[in-house]
Amino acid sequence: MTFPWLTLLGLLPLIGAFVLALPVRGAARVIGLAFSLATLAVAVVVTVLYVGGTDLSVRQPWITAFGAYWALGLDGMGLVMVLLTAVLTPIVLFAEWGVQGKGRWNAQGYFAMVLALQGTALFTFLAGDVLLFYVFFEATLIPMYFLIGGFGGEQRRAAALKFLMFNLVGGFILLASVIGLFATSASLGGTPSYLLADLVGLQIPTDLARWLMVGFLVAFIIKAPMVPLHTWLPLAAEQATPGSSTLMVGILDKIGTFAMIKFCIGLFPEASAWAAPVMIALALISIIYGAAAAIASTNLLRLVSYTSVSHFGFMVLGIYVFTTQSINGSIFFMVNHGFSTAALFLAVGFMIKRRGSADISDFGGVEKVTPVLAGGVLLAALSAISLPGMSTFVSEFLVIAGTWSRMPWVAAVAALGIVLAATYGLLMYQRTMTGPVTEATATHFTRDLDGRERAALVPVIGVILLFGFLPAPIMSVVEPTAKAAMQRMQVADPVAPAKGEK
Amino acid sequence: MTAVFEWRALAPVLLVLIAAVLGILVEAVVPVVHRFFAQVFLTVASLLAAAAFLVANWRKGLGGPVAMGSMMLDGPTYFSWGALLLFGLVAILVFAERELNGGVSTFAASAATVPGSRAEAQASAARLEHTEVFPLALFALGGMMVFPASADLITMFVALEVFSLPLYLLCGMARRRRLLSQEAALKYFLLGAFSSAFFLFGVALLYGYAGSFDLSAIATAVQNPTMGQGVLVAGMALLGVGLLFKVGVVPFHNWTPDVYMGAPTPVTGFMAICTKLAAIVATLRVFYVALGGERWTWQPLLAVLIVATMVIGSIWGLTQTDIKRTLAYSSIAHAGFIMTAVVGASTGSPTNPLDSVASAMFYLVVYGLASVGAFAVITMVRTESGEANSIASWSGLGRTSPLLAGIFALFMLSFTGIPLTGGFIGKWAVFAAAWRGGFDWLVIVAVLLSLVAAVFYLRIIVVMFFGEPVDGVVVGRASAFTWLPIAVCALGVAVLGVFPGPVLDLATMAGTFIR
Repeated sequence: MTFPWLTLLGLLPLIGAFVLALPVRGAARVIGLAFSLATLAVAVVVTVLYVGGTDLSVRQPWITAFGAYWALGLDGMGLVMVLLTAVLTPIVLFAEWGVQGKGRWNAQGYFAMVLALQGTALFTFLAGDVLLFYVFFEATLIPMYFLIGGFGGEQRRAAALKFLMFNLVGGFILLASVIGLFATSASLGGTPSYLLADLVGLQIPTDLARWLMVGFLVAFIIKAPMVPLHTWLPLAAEQATPGSSTLMVGILDKIGTFAMIKFCIGLFPEASAWAAPVMIALALISIIYGAAAAIASTNLLRLVSYTSVSHFGFMVLGIYVFTTQSINGSIFFMVNHGFSTAALFLAVGFMIKRRGSADISDFGGVEKVTPVLAGGVLLAALSAISLPGMSTFVSEFLVIAGTWSRMPWVAAVAALGIVLAATYGLLMYQRTMTGPVTEATATHFTRDLDGRERAALVPVIGVILLFGFLPAPIMSVVEPTAKAAMQRMQVADPVAPAKGEK
Repeated sequence: MTAVFEWRALAPVLLVLIAAVLGILVEAVVPVVHRFFAQVFLTVASLLAAAAFLVANWRKGLGGPVAMGSMMLDGPTYFSWGALLLFGLVAILVFAERELNGGVSTFAASAATVPGSRAEAQASAARLEHTEVFPLALFALGGMMVFPASADLITMFVALEVFSLPLYLLCGMARRRRLLSQEAALKYFLLGAFSSAFFLFGVALLYGYAGSFDLSAIATAVQNPTMGQGVLVAGMALLGVGLLFKVGVVPFHNWTPDVYMGAPTPVTGFMAICTKLAAIVATLRVFYVALGGERWTWQPLLAVLIVATMVIGSIWGLTQTDIKRTLAYSSIAHAGFIMTAVVGASTGSPTNPLDSVASAMFYLVVYGLASVGAFAVITMVRTESGEANSIASWSGLGRTSPLLAGIFALFMLSFTGIPLTGGFIGKWAVFAAAWRGGFDWLVIVAVLLSLVAAVFYLRIIVVMFFGEPVDGVVVGRASAFTWLPIAVCALGVAVLGVFPGPVLDLATMAGTFIR
């Protein structure tokens, strides 16, 4: 048996979290960062092995009575999500170096929770067994809950509870479907099994499959916050620290879109096609509503979270129009959005830390006092509005182009989202950064980004630019996942319109 | 039938009951200063010896009807005996805690004195203790062991009384808030007596229908009816009332909150799991073995009651401000969750052997671990005048005493059914059994109500971790008699959440009733 790299990958941060539960006092932050960097190193090894063609999958019986396995595996989409998680976590830890919780909640608790979140999230991306996925899908909620509730603004408790309740609703509905899947697998397949590979082969009756799929989908819609089930996000993002929000929106919420491709399409292709019109409609609503709400936001953190609602709309749209191009774009968008939101949350977080307020009206003329900070905010905002040259542009373009080839009208409406995005991005910059230096700005913005803040922000923006100019390597990694999804759906890409045959 | 008495097979029950009788003798013979130690030693030793016999018998493969056919030694009997001995041991250990109370046990100095009287004050000042609680608990435990193993209804009734009467007494023996405790005992006794009467009436009707008290004979009569169904249904319903009262199913649940709150907390912990376990396995036996042929009649009825149970348990639980009352409503809700598997009545297949009985028994184990542990933690959170039971006074416990609060949070998460705790696996198992029995709608209702119940568990966690500490509330310094059970329970809940395999396999192996 080969070395279980994937098990190590997810386990390492969990061990780190456990170590931080011990009284290590002063060394806590260094230990936490060390564990996250070690995880990153393992992720790099895994990437190298995966690209080299090594089969890394692990499969051990876990609960035989349930047909559940300790089954971990990777595909292109899983790999990029793993990399996203592995890269973002040390950056967040670095950016939150000075985090101060309330009461007993100190940096040690924060670092421990972040590592616990990272480990559980990694396992959700790796799981090749539905029950195993479910277990970690739910388990991510607990560290996130404490991250919001222990370290945040005045209403952090309410925000944490709202976050948890919304996600538990999804989780419990998903549980019903997961149990139903077991019963189905037991009655159709004879021996119950939760292995994705076994479940794919089942001929589930159409009606049952639709019901089960709805259970999965509701959970994932809540997770990848789509209108109208997105309401937990703005409050949570507003109350949590920027680092926590980065993890929540950048990684945790991606599990929703990730799982739509892996489980909804993977297990219930017919039912997914059946649900597509509704999903496309919801996606369009999310795109427009999210962007409009972002324009109307008076709070910087709420603004960032609404931009994410809009962007998640694009990802879901790309999935449910069923073209190779758009699914490719969606997966790529998941990665880019992770970095783009991270950049935004971090940059905005640096602003808020200086000003002590997140109200847009409290800022003005910042660019003249702290030009580097302003530059960071500008780049982050530009990546959120998908300017060409930014990686988000590539993915958004792919989604819209793929949509156009099948449903031009839908693509046209979605394109409206881009216009709105330009509005909220530039408006935000204009209101906070340009104009005369206000008195408050002059008193609060006394120093520009320091070394640590730069070190956190620069790699994120670097990645965004890198993928913007050089998307090919990542695209080649995710392409097989998109192709497999298309094959599973048994739909072909629409033939390009006859005009001007090539 | 030859009058053979299988000493060896019955040894686990006999040891417990003999130890109880010896415990009474200890009260008479041993001087006061040594009594406490003698009782604790006798109790622990007898339970360990009983467990050793149980394991040896299981390995030897002893089984079948015993005690002239009045008890059945089959898988569920073995499993529930093992569980009862385990939970009995950890729960009774908490009885022996004295350090928390400043050197005396948590039971009344002299239960016969009038609360607030001079006699009471004198008894307290003399540092008297009721060491009879140990034999009483052993008697109850012995009855609980016979109850789910009974192969005829008369034995079952006797067992019911044997375990109920000591519990009534134990409930009334709290050292603090004695009036509340006595009220709880009286309420429990009156309602319990009522339900026993129902039970007995049901037994009489079923005897009239089948001409026998034997569960297997009743099963035969159900399959080859010689008279109208009316008597059978009436008998079944009345018997059901008696059983469901002990399980705590709505509308027979009303005693639970008052008794859980009034009883001394170690007793509550003991009752919370042991009574429930004995009652549910006995219910399973009666409904599956004797009345299995009538399942089309009782399944829909029971399903309705279970929905009501889950609704009342989880919604009323939301409104509680006392932590013991909250857990009482939680126990009602959990009775509902477990009973979903009972209603499902799904039988295993060779490739998928996890059936209703096995999943209900597994659930009881994880529920029991969390319950005993949670009530043990409750005994430790105190003010000057005793336990601090209002949820508000638990505020900030996560700050002042993170380990204890963390463990309590683990129990709450397990009750909620969050993955990586035993509670999740248990919930999964019973819901899967219900679904496979064709009650998919019930699973969906149960899942939604789990969500409602989740709110009050999470509320406790919120209060503990994000609230400000309250003045005057401290975590008492407890001896190993409290810490050991808490540690065992916490470890069990965590391990069963990640590696439930062995216990699940055991439950599956033990999942078949001998008819």
